[in-house]
Amino acid sequence: MSYSDTAHHGDDHDHHGPAPGLKRWLYTTNHKDIGTLYLWFSLLMFFIGGAMALIIRAELFQPGIQIVDPMFFNSMTTMHAIVMIFGVVMPAFVGLANWMIPMMLGAPDMALPRLNNWSFWIMPFAFTIMLSTLFMDSGGPAGGWTLYPPLTLQMGDSFAFVIFAIHFMGISSVMGSINIVATIFNMRAPGMTLMKMPLFVWTWLITAYLLIATIPVFAGAVTMLLTDRYFGTSFFSAAGGGDPVMFQHIFWFFGHPEVYILILPAFGIISSIIPTFARKPLFGYDSMVYATASIAFLSFIVWAHHMFTTGMPLAAELFFMFSTMMISVPTGVKVFNWVATMWKGAMTFETPMLFAIGFVIMFTIGGLSGLMLAITPADIQYHGTYFVVAHFHYVLVPGAIYSLIAATYYWIPKWTGNMYDEKLGKIHFWTSTIFVNVLFFPMHFVGLAGMPRRIPDYSLQFADWNMIASIGAFGFGFAQLLFVWVVVKCVRGGAKATDEVWEGAVGLEWTVASPAPYHTFETAPSRQLIDKNHF
Amino acid sequence: MRTRKHWLPMALVIAALGIPLLGMPLAAIAGYGDVLNMPVGVTEISKKVYGLHMLIFKICCVIGALVFAVMIYSMVMHRKSKGVTPATFHESTTVEIVWTVVPFVILLLMAWPAAKVLIQMEDFSDSEMTVKVTAYQWRWHYDYIDEGVNYYSQLAADHNVARQKDSGVDLSGFENYIREVDNPLVVPVGKKIRFLHTAADVLHAWWVPALAVKKDSIPGFINENWARIEEPGVYRGKCAELCGRDHGFMPIVVRAVSQEEFDAFIAEQKAAGQTAELDSERQWAKSELLARGEEVYQRNCVSCHQANGKGIPGMFPSIHGSEIATGDIVRHLQTVMDGVEGSPMQAFGSSLSDIDLASVITYQRNDLGNDMGDVMQPYYVKRLRSGTTSVSALDLELNSLTSGISTGVSN
Amino acid sequence: MSAASGSGYYIPHEAKWPIVGSIGLYLFFMGFGKLLNDQALGTPLLVAGSVVLIVMMFGWFGLVIKESEAGTYNTQVDVSFRMAMMWFIFSEVMFFAAFFGALFYARTFSGPWLGGEGAGGAAATNAVLWSGFDYIWPNNGPGRVGGDYQPMGWFGLPLINTLLLLTSGITCTIAHHAIKDGNRTKMVKWLAATCLLGGIFVLCQAFEYYEAYAHLGLKMTSGIYGSTFFMLTGFHGFHVTMGAIMLFVVMLRGGRKHFSAENHFAFEAAAWYWHFVDVVWLGLFIFVYLV
Ligand code: HEA
Ligand code: HEA
Ligand code: HEC
Ligand code: CUA
Ligand SMILES: [Cu+2]
Repeated sequence: MSYSDTAHHGDDHDHHGPAPGLKRWLYTTNHKDIGTLYLWFSLLMFFIGGAMALIIRAELFQPGIQIVDPMFFNSMTTMHAIVMIFGVVMPAFVGLANWMIPMMLGAPDMALPRLNNWSFWIMPFAFTIMLSTLFMDSGGPAGGWTLYPPLTLQMGDSFAFVIFAIHFMGISSVMGSINIVATIFNMRAPGMTLMKMPLFVWTWLITAYLLIATIPVFAGAVTMLLTDRYFGTSFFSAAGGGDPVMFQHIFWFFGHPEVYILILPAFGIISSIIPTFARKPLFGYDSMVYATASIAFLSFIVWAHHMFTTGMPLAAELFFMFSTMMISVPTGVKVFNWVATMWKGAMTFETPMLFAIGFVIMFTIGGLSGLMLAITPADIQYHGTYFVVAHFHYVLVPGAIYSLIAATYYWIPKWTGNMYDEKLGKIHFWTSTIFVNVLFFPMHFVGLAGMPRRIPDYSLQFADWNMIASIGAFGFGFAQLLFVWVVVKCVRGGAKATDEVWEGAVGLEWTVASPAPYHTFETAPSRQLIDKNHF
Repeated sequence: MRTRKHWLPMALVIAALGIPLLGMPLAAIAGYGDVLNMPVGVTEISKKVYGLHMLIFKICCVIGALVFAVMIYSMVMHRKSKGVTPATFHESTTVEIVWTVVPFVILLLMAWPAAKVLIQMEDFSDSEMTVKVTAYQWRWHYDYIDEGVNYYSQLAADHNVARQKDSGVDLSGFENYIREVDNPLVVPVGKKIRFLHTAADVLHAWWVPALAVKKDSIPGFINENWARIEEPGVYRGKCAELCGRDHGFMPIVVRAVSQEEFDAFIAEQKAAGQTAELDSERQWAKSELLARGEEVYQRNCVSCHQANGKGIPGMFPSIHGSEIATGDIVRHLQTVMDGVEGSPMQAFGSSLSDIDLASVITYQRNDLGNDMGDVMQPYYVKRLRSGTTSVSALDLELNSLTSGISTGVSN
Repeated sequence: MSAASGSGYYIPHEAKWPIVGSIGLYLFFMGFGKLLNDQALGTPLLVAGSVVLIVMMFGWFGLVIKESEAGTYNTQVDVSFRMAMMWFIFSEVMFFAAFFGALFYARTFSGPWLGGEGAGGAAATNAVLWSGFDYIWPNNGPGRVGGDYQPMGWFGLPLINTLLLLTSGITCTIAHHAIKDGNRTKMVKWLAATCLLGGIFVLCQAFEYYEAYAHLGLKMTSGIYGSTFFMLTGFHGFHVTMGAIMLFVVMLRGGRKHFSAENHFAFEAAAWYWHFVDVVWLGLFIFVYLV
């Protein structure tokens, strides 16, 4: 559906640079500016969410309650997850999509630039509301990020604001996704066929559909919570003929695809980075696309694996066990493809590649523990313990977060025109990787041995591993200050980057100058250029 | 020299992987065995689950080891610094089919035993006794349905004191810190026990790892579960579903005993029930009520209203100076018996005995900074409960009594 | 909008309305939240937010209309708009799906379980907790939450409403054909009819609610039946209102000589939306009223 007469500017404006001052950021419609806003926003939120995690880990450093009230602890757990998922990983991926997708497609900008601005500028308001609930009399949400009733309904006045903040985030995500879909289908340069698109674009296309299909369901679920709480409806109360477990079904119909929303774009990033540093084309491009689509499809029929202890009928338990296990197959295809891409390449190990390799290894560890969780009889033991916490942090921290860090190192020379400090980058990788394992690996042990999640205090036999995990947390947290330092340093200056930046890099983004000009591809790239620059 | 430098990352990758992988057996040797892995447990099911867990764990380890081995080999051998020229292949239908089909087959091999165990777990037929387990914020209520015996079970009082923030208690003195309860669940070994799970307020989950049972307690619904314990012993568990502020302090203790011991236990409980019955007949002295009331308060109310009765502002109201606790005594009783709809203040009418209710009311009115001077007697509670007195009648009766107090008559 | 072919993809600079929109939303929902909690300043914030949002919509849509009429948008921009509208409607479908899901779940699972049918603990649920409760739909739960009520039949108002909406779908299509033939006056006429039918629908719906509350004892608090009934029909009614407003604006624009046989995306967007609302109603009519 691409057009032959695309893509140069409307003629109502002739100034090509950004507007001066604050106005530039408030009013901007430029995909790179908006991408930058998203990325800084999520970096800020990462430290807020991380600080909450550190409060959790500080309290869990020793048995006994030392620092915070249990209620506040629960609030930290809940808010930490909400901030990390909705305030860090999702906006960061949208930021990368903004920056990279138009450039990767040879498009002048996103399809709907004004909407794009709005998608971003809802987020700060959403999180202002969300975080402000922590300072309200009744405290922030403390029922877990899964918001299960009836517990969430016990929350005080801040409840309404939490729900509205979630609605805001939802509006932002849906608008952002619609924009990405329209961009990918409608803004590709002539000759950029779907099967020539970089995998980052493909994974985002599929992610955008996951978002459009599930975020409204989540909005519906929290709306029902709102009316149960304030308008006397009985969706989640047995006395009125409803069922608390019904919320879980609706929530996880969103929630499970959501976790793939948090990982599919990461797959795309890794699929861009590994070929570059292996100097070898991505192995199995087509099967990567099909695997991504299969994962997305399967993600809609596995949701109840989060609910194996709720007392579902046996047939449902068997169905959800099998369907969940199936996801390992397409995911395995991806992992094998990455390994095959590295096989017989000519590899170098610059920081982006290190983080990408770290991703593949540790994501696989997390994926395998996910597979263990899928085995229903075993999950009945694992559920609600730190084994689950270990699983999802392995796929989220050295998974999603590592992909974001890798992406930053990979593309920051293109964004700023400067090379980052490679030495510091490597130090960042090694400190992060060591500490992240010190942090999350012991959680498998305490989880299996019986430590429940979401508790501020534990019995004595778990003390040693928790102390180790807490040390890892602080180590990992402070290692991220190094990351900020590298980024700031790179923004401010450094060795000039070439246009191609990386020796083996393939893709249209590497054909434009470094730093990328404010407007790129105002005239569409030629077909030859496109054909030379895809796998 | 270049080569050396490039070896460093490799060595570190291996080290980073090696630490966790080697760390596990090492830690096991160092005596951490029981905090590394799932317990084998004491039921047939728990043993099967353990076996299943180990099976999938080992398969996962093998898969992981293979994938990482290939990766590491490639990283070592196919480095640019070794002067290799990159290959250019980028697909192979055969290979791709193989690595789709082989994992699928592996999955089938896992799914089969898993389904078998699951089907067995979900077979509730032929149970020999039934215990209804009702979860409250934050304690358990056990009801031996066939025996007519029931009681509450919650975090042991000394643990409850120790676990408070800034309690200053040395935890190392507690062998089973926050895993001890006042009244454990007592069950016979060798019998198929059916558990009926439900909750009074929010979701909870009754979990005892050694029995491999975990089922959510859902208000308004009953979930079934079962266990047949093979060895006598004490098995500890926890609430496994977030249920609010004190979710971490809802331990479970199951004492599995021989059938004779179990029968004796039930007989004892029945006798105790009769004493309680007598208790509510007689007139109690105020001091008796206050002493008992403090105990009841410590056990049931402190988690919200706090030891000093000041509550937690914005969450749990203060009892000190509370309008209700210093107001009409019957309304006070009703509040505690019926709870406050839509708040964590649950209805204690069904969970506390007459004497417990009477004494905690008396305690709240005359301690915690209050000084009302009036008392509640258990027989009033009993009468109200059984419907032999209406609220208004009791109100009248008690109020005349209270005015009596203020004129000094009852001294 | 006219397709000035040849000019490139229009990328506006300096979008001022989005941030106004965010502020509007912020004020609106802060106000609403405070209102729900009986806190101070609820109503003023709510009103202020609504005003800002309305101003934003006038400003933003006005700008787009102006640009469109000035021929700023080429066909490719037009396609972007179409895709956006399409997927927006899809997201709305999923929003309704959540509530339909709740309805189906309550009717096929939790309801029968409470009534003692099904495996697992269903029998005990009924015997121990809710003995005497027989499950039949509709119901307000074993606790008879909200008290006695009569369910809303399908005959009468709901049936009339169905006919109204179906007819409005037809009139809307006639209007569409009219503009495709370049007959703007006819378009305006048939749009007016569509809006009128939509308006009558909303009024009937309001009357039905009045009936429910005043005479049937059927309230939002009437257990799961009341909950699903009012949430589904309520959100639907809200969407009808929005759709009718959109069509009304399109009609006014038609009166101002906007749109041509080739370019009338705003009309089509509104029409798609209208059909979507229509289809949702059919689902409602079947699953909420009929069966
Ligand atoms: C990025 C996020 C992410 C990802 C990608 C995944 C991936 C997977 N998850 Fe995870 N999960 C979460 C985030 C994620 N999860 C979160 C946040 C929770 C907790 C929510 C909460 O309760 O708060 C959770 C919880 C969770 C549970 C519920 C646990 C419980 O509460 O009891 C289950 C159960 O089945 C599960 C399973 C899986 C599976 C099977 C995968 C699979 O996709 C993994 C597939 C990958 C592999 C298997 C590895 C690579 C494959 C190979 C090398 C091929 C060969 C392999 C074989 C043939 C075995 N997850
Ligand atoms: C993308 C998602 C994501 C990410 C990145 C993380 C990152 C981390 N999480 Fe996360 N976590 C979740 C998602 C995530 N988590 C989810 C979904 C849950 C479940 C919630 C629930 O049960 O409802 C959870 C729950 C959870 C728990 C369990 C809590 C409980 O059950 O009670 C713990 C405990 O250790 C934990 C720890 C951490 C740590 C230490 C990190 C570290 O990676 C964080 C790194 C730290 C920093 C980046 C800090 C940097 C800050 C400084 C150095 C200080 C400077 C400070 C300022 C400038 C203010 N998390
Ligand atoms: C789970 C927490 C919790 C526990 C345990 C608890 N309460 Fe409460 N209680 C509350 C809350 C919350 C309120 C406020 C209810 C409201 O008005 O919304 C309350 C209110 C009260 C009041 C009325 C106070 C007033 O002036 O409003 C009394 C009296 C009271 N509780 C007594 C008790 C007694 C006696 C016990 C123990 C037997 C107890 N409570 C246990 C949470 C609890
Ligand atoms: Cu009860 Cu957690
Ligand atoms: Cu999942």
